[in-house]
Amino acid sequence: MPTVSSDLLDGVRAAGPLQLGIAPFGLVAGVAAVEQGLSVAHALGFSSLVFAGASQLAMIELLGADAPLAIVVGTAVVINLRTMMYSASIAPYFRDLTARSKALASYLLTDQAYAVSIARYGRDGETDRFAYYFGAGASLWLVWQVTTVAGALLGSGLPPELGFDFAAPLVFLALLVPTLKDRASGASCLVGGLVATGVVVAGVPFHLDIIVAAVVGVLAGLAVESLGGDA
Amino acid sequence: MPTGYDSATVWLVIALAGVLTFAIRGSFIYLFGRIDDVPPAVESALEYVPAAVFAALVFPPLLAPAGDLAVSVGNEKLVAGALAALAAWYTERVLATILVGMGALWVLRFVV
Repeated sequence: MPTVSSDLLDGVRAAGPLQLGIAPFGLVAGVAAVEQGLSVAHALGFSSLVFAGASQLAMIELLGADAPLAIVVGTAVVINLRTMMYSASIAPYFRDLTARSKALASYLLTDQAYAVSIARYGRDGETDRFAYYFGAGASLWLVWQVTTVAGALLGSGLPPELGFDFAAPLVFLALLVPTLKDRASGASCLVGGLVATGVVVAGVPFHLDIIVAAVVGVLAGLAVESLGGDA
Repeated sequence: MPTGYDSATVWLVIALAGVLTFAIRGSFIYLFGRIDDVPPAVESALEYVPAAVFAALVFPPLLAPAGDLAVSVGNEKLVAGALAALAAWYTERVLATILVGMGALWVLRFVV
């Protein structure tokens, strides 16, 4: 029988290689916060209360552009909708947990914690599921908190001509590429990206670009899928 | 550009986004047993959210960095972004993507 602590450590270990992506992402999120006039406390607030990197970075940029608050929060919701898929997919493994453990599991549900845990559950039915998940999720959480604070402390000292604001779209690019699995997701990407650019260039007010692009991009993916282009 | 919102308003945004994000993440973990599966139509739609959303965050700063369409080799962010996209494709690593993109931007800005 595997012990609780060995499964927990396995989770920490499985998340290890992913920390190499989380750490620079966290630094970028911290730097971005202070560049947009937010405090180190705000950066830590985003990382601890929201704990969803892509949405944090997008919200920080929208706040810097003085977008309406409903758009800032609405954009975060749209970006984080994908975790509903993870929630549905991992829910059967968590059905016997206490309410408190379910709350903790929900709080820690990131792309990375989901990916390593669901892979392990598929391979090994003996795993203490919550221990493994907690090991991965909590270690990712810790690195995220530390690196965003480090980025925020560093951020105000960076010379603007080095263009560190460009790191944010580069992080999104690194998140985008692995989602391109077939023609339908390619269509979502192309249409979503071009619609967002069109909305920005046309000067549509209220920074609606991400929300509009998400709706049109998803419809494009569904259209290509229904045409049988899902190859 | 520094935000025009005051500190308390930023905290309100953080709190709202935190609660809503938690609710999305907890949705099926809590409802399992009452709703065992995502309705197929919703599942299909959710599948395309990441590609559409991440593209919406990538394309505008590369294609129109100053708010106007700038599709030319003179657009340093577009060129650096294209090289970073190749790095992302071949390595699938965040760090490599950032290093190639920032490195290319600095070469274009300070060397070329």
